[in-house]
Parts: sequence; C-alpha cells; structure tokens
Amino acid sequence: MNLQITLLLAQDGITNGAIYALLALALVLVFAVTRVIFIPQGEYVALGALTLASLQAGRTPGTVWLLLGAGALVTVVELAIAARTGKRRRLASVLGWNLAYPAAAALAVATLDVRSLPLAAQVALALILVVPLGPMIYRLAFQPLAHASVLVLLIVAVAVHFALVGLALLFFGAEGSRTQPFSDARFDLGAIAVNGQTLWVVGASLALIVMLYLFFERTIYGKALRATAINRTGARLMGISTVMAGKLSFMLVALIGALSGILVAPLTTIYYDTGFLIGLKGFVAAIVGGLASYPLAAAGALLVGLLESFSSFWASAFKEVIVFTLIIPVLLWRSLATRRVDEDE
Amino acid sequence: MRRAPLAIFLVLLALGPFVLPEFHVTLLNYIALYALVALGLVLLTGVAGLTSFGQAAFVGLGAYASAWLSTTAALPGWLSWSGGSPWVGLVLGLVLTAVVAWMLGALTLRLSGHYLPLGTIAWGISLYFLFGNLDFLGGHTGITGIPSLHLAGFEIRGSRAFHFPIWLTLLAAMAFTRNLLDSREGRAIRALKGGATMAEAMGVDTARAKMAAFLVAALFAAVSGWLYAHMQRFINPNPFGLNLGIEYLFMAVVGGAVSVWGALLGAGLITILKQWLQDLLPAIFGASGNFEVIVFGIMMVLLLQRAPDGLWPLLMRWVPGAGGGRGRARPAVPQGEPLPRRQAPAHGSDLLVLSKVTKRYGGLVANHDMSFTVRAGEVMALIGPNGAGKSTLFDGISGANPISEGEIRFLGRRIDRLDAREIARLGMSRTFQHVRLLPAMSVLENVALGAHLRGSRGVIAAGLRLERAEERRLLAEAARQIERVGLGASMFEPAGSLALGQQRIVEIARALAADPCLLLLDEPAAGLRYREKQALAELLGKLRSESIGILLVEHDMDFVMGLADRVVVMEFGEKIAEGLPEEVQKDAAVLEAYLGGVAA
Repeated sequence: MNLQITLLLAQDGITNGAIYALLALALVLVFAVTRVIFIPQGEYVALGALTLASLQAGRTPGTVWLLLGAGALVTVVELAIAARTGKRRRLASVLGWNLAYPAAAALAVATLDVRSLPLAAQVALALILVVPLGPMIYRLAFQPLAHASVLVLLIVAVAVHFALVGLALLFFGAEGSRTQPFSDARFDLGAIAVNGQTLWVVGASLALIVMLYLFFERTIYGKALRATAINRTGARLMGISTVMAGKLSFMLVALIGALSGILVAPLTTIYYDTGFLIGLKGFVAAIVGGLASYPLAAAGALLVGLLESFSSFWASAFKEVIVFTLIIPVLLWRSLATRRVDEDE
Repeated sequence: MRRAPLAIFLVLLALGPFVLPEFHVTLLNYIALYALVALGLVLLTGVAGLTSFGQAAFVGLGAYASAWLSTTAALPGWLSWSGGSPWVGLVLGLVLTAVVAWMLGALTLRLSGHYLPLGTIAWGISLYFLFGNLDFLGGHTGITGIPSLHLAGFEIRGSRAFHFPIWLTLLAAMAFTRNLLDSREGRAIRALKGGATMAEAMGVDTARAKMAAFLVAALFAAVSGWLYAHMQRFINPNPFGLNLGIEYLFMAVVGGAVSVWGALLGAGLITILKQWLQDLLPAIFGASGNFEVIVFGIMMVLLLQRAPDGLWPLLMRWVPGAGGGRGRARPAVPQGEPLPRRQAPAHGSDLLVLSKVTKRYGGLVANHDMSFTVRAGEVMALIGPNGAGKSTLFDGISGANPISEGEIRFLGRRIDRLDAREIARLGMSRTFQHVRLLPAMSVLENVALGAHLRGSRGVIAAGLRLERAEERRLLAEAARQIERVGLGASMFEPAGSLALGQQRIVEIARALAADPCLLLLDEPAAGLRYREKQALAELLGKLRSESIGILLVEHDMDFVMGLADRVVVMEFGEKIAEGLPEEVQKDAAVLEAYLGGVAA
C-alpha cells in the first residue's frame, strides 16, 4: 500500500464518515428527546436517494404515494380522536399538514417538468416529499407509546423499519439507482485527485452540523428540544409539548436522513434496503458516544468510515464483519467505564 | 378439566405425522423450531425485560457447528475422536454458543437495557457475513450433505421422522422454562423487572440472573439450529440473518412474551401468516419480494400499542377456567422444615456503627458527618423533616447508593465499600420508602424473594425440578413470615392487588424472610390504619425481643415515640439530636426544626 492508495482510502473513509456522523447525530438527538432508538433512520437515507433518482429519471417517485397514504392515515387517527374527545381546535392544522400538503406536493410532482429543473430544485422537491414522513411516522407509531419503556420503543422502531423496507421495495422495486453528481469538478491535490462530490458531502455535512449547533444553541425550538432531552417532566411543566418535541426531532431525523441519502446517491448505488446498513453504521458511531455525546458520536463516525474504507482494501469480504465487530471493544470500554448497575427507567 | 385442552393438543400433535400431508408436517416442524427460539425470548424479553435481535445468529452457530463437524473432510486433530458425529456437533454448538453469549452478555449486561439489543444487532450482522464469507463453511452457498441423525440404531430422516424429536425437544424446553420460572432462580430473573436496586437488596446477583436468562435463550436457539441443520440436511447463511432474528422477537411479542405458550402461539401465527402472505401479497402487488414484512411491521406496531402483552393472554380470556385463577381452589399453604437460622448477636451488642458518614452529590451534601450506633435488640428511630437526608442515609447503609466519606461497620465489619448484595448476605435487610414489590407476582413469591440467599440451587436444578426440597423450605419460610405479619389471608393474591399500607407490610415480611439481625424500615407505618399500626408496633416489639436491631425512618410521631428506644433527629443532612424519645421531644434544636422557631 503506497501513499496514494492510503490517501484515496482516507478520502473515501472521510466521505462516508461524514455521512455516518450526520446519521449518528440524528440518532443521538432522537434518542435523547424521545428515548426511541431509531433503527429506521436508514430508510430515510434510501427514500431520499431513491426519490431524487426517480425525479431525475422523470418517474413519479413512490414516496408520493407513501406521503399521501401516511397523511391519510394520520388524518383518520386524528379525526377518530377528535370525534371521541370532542376537541376540534387543531383539526385545521391536521387537515392542512396531512391532506392538503401531500396533495399539493403530489400535484407539484405531476405538473412540473421536474427533469428540466435545476438540481437544487430537484433536491428541494425530494426533501419536500420525504421529510414530512418523519412527524407522520412519529404520530402513527410512537406518539401513542410515548411513555413505554426504551425496550418497547426499540421493538416498535424495528417493526417500523420492517414496514418501511417492505414499502420501499413495493414502491421503488428491487433495482438500485444512482443520481447525477452535484459536481463533476476534480481537484488535484498533490498526489491525489479529490472529486467534487466528496467536497460536497464533507462540506454539506459540516454545514449541517454547524446549522444544528446553531439551532440548538440559538433558537427557542432548539432549546425546547434540549430541555426535553434533559428532563421530560420538567420541560412539560415549563409548557414545552413533548408531542411537539417528538415530532420536531423526528422531522430533523427525516431531514438529516434524506439529505444523507441525497449526498451519497451519486457515490454509491442505493437499493431499497441499502439504507439499513448505512443507518446501522451511524449507530455504531452513536454508541461510541454512548447515545449521549454529540462530539464523541461524530468522532466515532469518522472512525467507522475510515475502518470501513481501509478494511475494504485489506479484507473486502469481511468489511461488514470488521465494522460491526468494532462495537465489541466500544461496549467493553463503556462497560468498564460504568461502575454501577443502571436502574431501569 | 383444566388439563383437557393440553391433552387434546398433545394427542393431535402425536397423530399429526400419521395423517397430515408431508407439507404440513414440515410446517409443523418449522413452527416448533421457531417456537424453541421464541421460547428463549419469552424468558429474556417477557420475563427478564432484556432483549436480543441476534437469536438467529445463535441458531446459526448451533447449525453451522454441527454441519461443519459432520461434513468436513479435514477434522482437526483434537476433534478426530468424534468421527463427525452430529451428537458431538450438538455439544460443540452448545459450547460455542455459550462462550459467545457469555462474552456478549459480559460486555453489555452491565450497561443499561438497550445496549444488549444493539449489541446483538451488530453481532447478528457480523456473524451472517462471517458465515457467508468463510470458505470452510461453504460461503454463501452453504454446506450440503449434512447427515441425518441416528439414535439407538434408528435413523431419523425426513420431516415425518423429525416430527417427534423436534416437538419433544420443544415441550421439554417449555417444561424446563416453566419449572425455572417457578423457582428461586426464576424469582430472581423475574425480579429484574422490578429494578436492580430491590433485587440486589434481596441478595440477588442481578448480573448473574440476566446472564442466566441470556444463556438459556441462546442455548435454546442453538438446539433449534442443530435440529434444523440435520432435518434440512443443507444450510446456507440466509435463515440466520438479522431479519430472522427480528422475526423471532416478533413471534415472542405477538404470542405474548409472558407465557411459555405464547412462544408457540406466536411462532405458529407468524409462520402460517408468512406462508400465506408470501403467496398472497406478490399476487396482489404484481411483483415478487418479501412484502410480508410490511404486514408484520404494521401488525407489531398495532399490537404493541393495543395489546402489549401479546395474544396469549387475550386467548386465555376466552378459555373457561383458565383465566386468572378466580374460582380455582386456594392452593395449600406451603409446609416444610424450617431453614437454618443465623447466629443472633448478643442482646445489646453493637450491630451498626456509623462514624462521620458523608454523602455528596456534586456540590450538594445530602448527609454530613452522621455518626450513631444501633444495638441488637433495640429500635432506633431516625426522624427529621422531609428532605433531611434520611432515605439517602438508608441507601448508603444498605449499599444501594454508596457513601462518599466516613465509615460504616456492621457486626464489626466495614461495609461502606461492599455491594448491596454482600451487605444483605451479612444479615441486613430493608424495606423501601416507595414500595418495590413485583405487582404481578403473588405475595408468597414476593416474600420468598427475600429468602433468596438462604437457598443455593441453580438454574439447571430448577429447570429439572431437582431443587424441590429446598424450594419447599423456602416457600414454607415465606409463608411463616406472611402469617407472622398477619397477611396470611392474602398469601396467594398478586402483591399489586393489596392496599398500599399492606404492601409495606409485605415488604417487611420479605425483609424478615432473609433472617436478618438488622432491619432497616423506611416509613413502614405510612398508609396504615390505626389498628394496623398497633399490630405493626406489636410485631416490631416482638422482633426487638428476639434481639433483632431495627433502624426505622418514620413520620408518625406517636408511633415513633411509643416504640423507639432511642431517636436520632436529622435536619439538612446533619444529626441535630440523639437520645431517649422523651429527651429528644424537649430538645430545643428539634423543636426549632419541626416547629420552626416557636420554642425560641
């Protein structure tokens, strides 16, 4: 292995690491706020990538049907609750977000000539289609169980993962897709060529991390989420709605997931079930941070990315084995660092 | 009458292979193989409150170990004696599984509950890729030509022949699990759901109980894999991937992770449903693929929202005579020889000596320089306004939450660095301010948990019912303590059905079942009516006369002053007075603390 290969592998590792870092941050966020270990994170990655690919290919992405269906289901649930309790105050907003919005998005996809739109508009349209699925899935699957144990929420998360993978297969088929790169530029940096997409991925990830930081430090909603993460009861007593916090964090997770998918789609072929493994690598990184520390999770993500790219060079068949076995020393370290038996919540 | 459904089920099962077509016999075999894995998860998830998504990988270990051993041409020297026998393969698979499960458990069980499932997801994926990439295991094509089984000269080959060994194994495993749950070790595993603090205070080694549940579940899975490999006679990595691992968990949850029959119900439902959906859905959608996962996923979400205990309890509601036990004859009160008792310390000797005990939480000092002594045969009351640090001190003494500085000696031994479990073993037992009983368990079983350290038989003895003599004595001891505290009439009721005051009394009985020489009682009289308080005072007086030392936190001053020999008063984490009840009542600092300066 010479320097050039080393640099090439490092570039690869950093690119993937940046994606895992985004996913790990989202996982830490959603776990802190809702206590959900969000296994289906990877499905948003796949949905984001496949939606953009469909749009660029001039097909109607299956996400449109998913969005219309999920919105209709939420509406039914909310109407049933409203009929039972007689509380009708929020119905306008429910109908707006779950019926009118998906219908408008579907109409936009149907009428616009999406293929001729600039890339930024295509990306925006893909996000418009995927991101609302976050709060909708929270409403349908997790909100009724907000007080259940972490374990039950984890099983529900796995069940949602199952359902979403199946739906992705149904709507997008078994073939993989790749999207056009954001940039064809190549820069020669000494011995290696850095391609434009890599810069896009790393740059966008960094920008997103900075934006998340600002969101949590500077905005009232960000602070509300942090408050909920630290103490749910306390946050509620201060008038922060835990339902709002749950929906908001699920929206952020969907946004980050879909964006990650859109960023990697030009680099690797995405299938309906590819997201799962990508999401799980984000998990390994999040566990490095104990599902609590953002900087440690980001560092873990970089480690996972590098480990993956170098092991694909030395022992490509065992790439996944090596990456997922990384969790063992991490768990050992965490286990030794924790002295006492944790009390169950 | 109650056994009739079971008898009918067994007869139908025995007739199955003689009347059903081959396809259905095979399906039944699969149901049993899956149920065996799900059964392990019932123990792990339903009972112990832990979970694993990696059971399919354990199935794979059991299958691959034996498949490799019985087909390989190059048997390593240390295994050459085995002649590739599947029976040696079974042992190899079990040993491998136990080692791997033990390692995973050792890594994750000390951490909070969600690390085990996450660890098993990662491990499930790793092992799947490992199976698929190791040449000596046949890579993704797998291993073919696995021999059938031979037992006592008979060859077991094909679905029909395998029907009996598979189902007998499952039924034996179900019996083992039921026996285990109804034993001392089983109570320890069931206590895990009530939180580690209580279980450890009763002397349960919670890490060991978790490990026991995890190992049993893993070994069941490995046996299932071994049967699968020799029935099918070829294997590849596919059935051992993470998806199957998740489906196993679904089976346990769908059936009802609280009953051994739930595993069978869940495995049956999911297997048949999958079979049916795999034909139906591709026809509807006009494409091929595993669309059944959509239905399974949605079904699981709905089930966990609507019926988190699964379908078995719902089913039981429709079976007359099986539900709840109402109308069933009251079981007999357990009888048995008394257990050996510990040597009681001499009346008046020092039991517990605190010197300069301090507990800090960061900058907050919850207890500061607390020193006092409790002697054998006296009731020492610890009183003080709310937030004075009394319960914190209790947690420090009992080892639930170690102190920061100072020294605590119990029976002359330094205990401030010992675990709660070790302190319990020395003869200290406690109750909790917020009642910590297992509401679904009977009063008898809850109290028997207190006698945990007075038994010694392990998991295997429990599963095989070899510990009945000891179990009888433990239950008899629990029953005696329940009678002693006056709750004999409620012995077989679920603890959660009692009034809160009575639940506190159950906690006292549970503490007494440990045969303690020092009792720590945290607000035992709260929620009791006048007569009940009188009865409690009488009981504590009697314990005192048996040379038991009692340290008591209580707010009911009539109760305290009438009962206590000496009183320590705390305020803001410090001792402000100590002495006889009548002295303390006149103490200026105490009046100040309680009445806020009226005395001044």
